[in-house]
Amino acid sequence: MTEDPILTATRVSKIFGGLVAVNDVTFDIPRRRIVTIIGPNGAGKTTFFNMLTGLYRASTGRIAFEGRDITRARPDRITKAGVARTFQNIRLFSTMTAVENVMVGEHARMKAGIVGSVLRTPWVRREERRVRERARELLDFVGVRKDQQEQLASNLSYGDQRRVEIARALASEPRLLLLDEPTAGMNPNESLRLTEFMIRLRDELGLTILMIEHDMKVVMGVSERITVFDHGEKIAEGDPATVRANPRVIEAYLGKQEAA
Amino acid sequence: MRRRFGARTLPRGVNFALAAAAIALAIVFPLFFPPGSGWVDDMTIALAYVVMGLGLNVVVGYAGLLDLGYVAFFAIGAYTTGWFMSGFYGDVNVHVFVSEFTKALPGIHLNFLLVVVIAAALCAVAGIIIGLPTLRLRGDYIAIVTLAFGEIIRVFAIEGNEITIAGNAKLTAGRQGITPIDKIDLPFLDQFTSLNLRPWYWTALGLVLVVLFVNIRLRDSRLGRAWIALREDEVAAASMGIPLVKTKLMAYGVGAAFGGMSGAFLGSFLNTVNADQFAFGFSIFILAMIILGGLGSVWGVVIGSLALSLINTRLIPDVLNDVPSSLGLDFNLVDVNYGIFGFLLVLMMVLRPEGLLPERRRQIELHEGTPGDEALVEVTHA
Repeated sequence: MTEDPILTATRVSKIFGGLVAVNDVTFDIPRRRIVTIIGPNGAGKTTFFNMLTGLYRASTGRIAFEGRDITRARPDRITKAGVARTFQNIRLFSTMTAVENVMVGEHARMKAGIVGSVLRTPWVRREERRVRERARELLDFVGVRKDQQEQLASNLSYGDQRRVEIARALASEPRLLLLDEPTAGMNPNESLRLTEFMIRLRDELGLTILMIEHDMKVVMGVSERITVFDHGEKIAEGDPATVRANPRVIEAYLGKQEAA
Repeated sequence: MRRRFGARTLPRGVNFALAAAAIALAIVFPLFFPPGSGWVDDMTIALAYVVMGLGLNVVVGYAGLLDLGYVAFFAIGAYTTGWFMSGFYGDVNVHVFVSEFTKALPGIHLNFLLVVVIAAALCAVAGIIIGLPTLRLRGDYIAIVTLAFGEIIRVFAIEGNEITIAGNAKLTAGRQGITPIDKIDLPFLDQFTSLNLRPWYWTALGLVLVVLFVNIRLRDSRLGRAWIALREDEVAAASMGIPLVKTKLMAYGVGAAFGGMSGAFLGSFLNTVNADQFAFGFSIFILAMIILGGLGSVWGVVIGSLALSLINTRLIPDVLNDVPSSLGLDFNLVDVNYGIFGFLLVLMMVLRPEGLLPERRRQIELHEGTPGDEALVEVTHA
């Protein structure tokens, strides 16, 4: 694809001790597309995600978001720049309510400082109210029922927890949303609803979405481009039909086909 | 909100009424005793400890950074009075907003209000400096670094009489102590005396109320949410746009500033600043107070601090001290007070680990556990 990419990773590697988790991957994400990374367990997908969001630092290579180099940027700076994420194993702040969780997501867009917070100036008060209001709107938008919004995150159903995590990511007003196995643990019906929701995010909010996903129905249904990782390397890339037909992909997933 | 642990979430109005009643009672308390009474004396010290407890609560309770060197801020706060409210630097004469009586004395004599501000500022800086090396560390390792810092400050306090800073002015008076310290002198009031302890008590109460207010406001703010997020899951917090370094250093700075304010008050109240006041045990003493009361819970911390402080100054020396000898044992209970605090902590951990008046969030963490924090190693790079 030749469109203007929102994010480009150039020859990125990550080495842990002697283990090469991600090896020389060059990758870009076209703006306003839904792009998926697939690959067997241990292929380096999540490691790659963690580099994009600043949790890991790339051993070599360069990552740029909207033209800005973020290779060595801190996670909070990357979030502030406009990249938000969810986690494979849900990482909500379990002792906070759903609304509070989403409010944390708005942290980077807030300005209240220590003195303002202590004095609770009218300005800070307004900001607090506005942020809480927006958190509720986001929860409505992702489909968390009103009566669930003041519940502690740990008391929510699994599906709602996933939704709150997406709302929390959206709260930072990202332009690029990274979803790490968003449908893990969902039933087919819920997965379908989530894919429809991703399309809404792209079309209504103009977001670019990069996700890691295992559910092939979801992957093939929603992705405009698929990148396949295996043993830390990018082994294939293209639209769903191309990738599905690629012999290296089949090999990575099913093992080498012996002559029958 | 679902109520899971029985009587906890009282309606807002009831909470408010309880708080107002407690504060009103606290204000009239010294009027029931003679002005120089031991009860007023002990309660004044207890209130100063409440201030420290609330300070440490910001660091340990809110942000979850286990600080075992909190005594450092008591020391720095107290030495601020030693330096700026006494005749310790007798070669210079600086007097700012002090009584006629104090004006006649040599040395640096600043008004207490100024000294409190200086103490808070110095401690905030010191808190941030202690915080810096702990930024990349977690849990136990933070405890070790802060513990060591507390010891460094103590050793400087002891050996300070050998350290010359300018002319023949020393850093501290070591074990001899800097004494006397000026009595607090507030605008529109007579200078405090050691005969009437009520004004001291009310000043300490004023400090408590200020610090309590700041604690509550910060807890319910953007920064408070960030601290709690950080305590629960650093990786998620950083990924949500919370700057870890800045947020942690703010907790250290704010917590330390409160310790400094309390230290400055105690310097003047105790009338001496002596290196032996700043032993490691004091850090544990304050930590025990907030664990007893309930980490993260402001009212729990107030109750825990008052309780442990009064056990220390009242219950053990006055009420129970003769118990061992009446049992035919040859020791004073006062000598084993830290043993008793330790025993209380063990008892609390077994019976009610969330503290006397627990914070809602902490209770959930203890009873249900939060998702483990598989360490993502590189998240803390500064």
